[in-house]
Amino acid sequence: MKTEDLVTMLATGAVAVDRNSASRRYLLALVFGVLGSGMLMAAMLGVRPDLATAVRLPMFWVKFVFVAVLALAGGVVTWRLSHPGSRVAWTPCGVVAPVIVMWVLAAYVLASADPTQRYDLIYGRTSAYCPFLVAMLAVPVFVAVTWAMHGLAPTHLRLAGGAAGSVSGALGAVVYTLHCPEMAAPFVGLWYLLGILIPTVVGVLLGPRLLRW
Amino acid sequence: MSSSETRLNGLLLQGLAGDERAYHVFLRDLAAHLRAYLRKRLVNMQDDVEDLVQESLLAVHNQRHTYDPRQPLTAWVHAIAKYKMVDLLRRRANREQLNDSFDDNFDMFSSADGDAAEAHRDLHVLLLQLPERQRLPIIHVKLEGLSVAEAAQRTGMSPSAIKVGVHRGLKALAAKIRSGP
Repeated sequence: MKTEDLVTMLATGAVAVDRNSASRRYLLALVFGVLGSGMLMAAMLGVRPDLATAVRLPMFWVKFVFVAVLALAGGVVTWRLSHPGSRVAWTPCGVVAPVIVMWVLAAYVLASADPTQRYDLIYGRTSAYCPFLVAMLAVPVFVAVTWAMHGLAPTHLRLAGGAAGSVSGALGAVVYTLHCPEMAAPFVGLWYLLGILIPTVVGVLLGPRLLRW
Repeated sequence: MSSSETRLNGLLLQGLAGDERAYHVFLRDLAAHLRAYLRKRLVNMQDDVEDLVQESLLAVHNQRHTYDPRQPLTAWVHAIAKYKMVDLLRRRANREQLNDSFDDNFDMFSSADGDAAEAHRDLHVLLLQLPERQRLPIIHVKLEGLSVAEAAQRTGMSPSAIKVGVHRGLKALAAKIRSGP
């Protein structure tokens, strides 16, 4: 087939394109991903029994906002990386900034704590499985976001996979806050972050395979 | 460049709004632009330029919903062409690693110059390999120029199956190029 024939073929019968299809695709993925993650959490872990009192504590919201901001920032990067030629520019700073804030807070908490309590502030009672539970809750979101991304056009597949993984991890962590009893900043800044990094690394590794178009 | 950028951008936006004629002009001019862009970059692979122009055009068409009118058109188009170019080189490298057969017999008087370079891969042949539910809609709507309703009547498929068949068929065509040599 000659190129001019291909051009004619592609143009023939071309209908109007829905300009919002990309955002609708991501919205759909987020709704189903978070719903799936929430159901997984409810079925396997359960909501923390003292949630009603926990939501009155500022630290609950610090933790929640931390992972929510990470999800939002990762989402912006993911969105940009799904569109060819779109500039990522400073957007990754949005992912780094909340981490730094959390680490500063953690350093302050550790410095002002009694030395005998520092171990507990870092390890809590659930550090052995916290990152893996976050990563597990990230799986439904990861599947949905990769599906959405695959229907768009990422051109840097490893970066795009990593971005998709970080959104999934952060949203998995958002869901996990409803179960997790830990409230210390050092714990959140370490184990939650590790939980988010697991799907991020998986995304970087699988990106070229999952996202090729 | 910037005046042709504005012009092409306008044509694409009209095309995205459903103006078939504007879209046709857009793709035709884009093909020339892509050919120049790729020729400059595939210095030692001039024989592959036309194949890659076609692959990029198909990608632009299949992924046209990812164009954001606020971004420069050239950035979008070049990112797509570059992605397809890198993909081709990676495919090549993988195959050569498997076969270990470098063909070094490039000649200086290769016929790849000039505007009438032929594509080596025939998309028409690949098209005929698609399953019927995708092949027939493409043949009737995209090649014969029938309306969706006419194509539906001709094939006995539903109008929505025709639309889906065209859409998925063109994506499948891109996938066939990827998995092919």
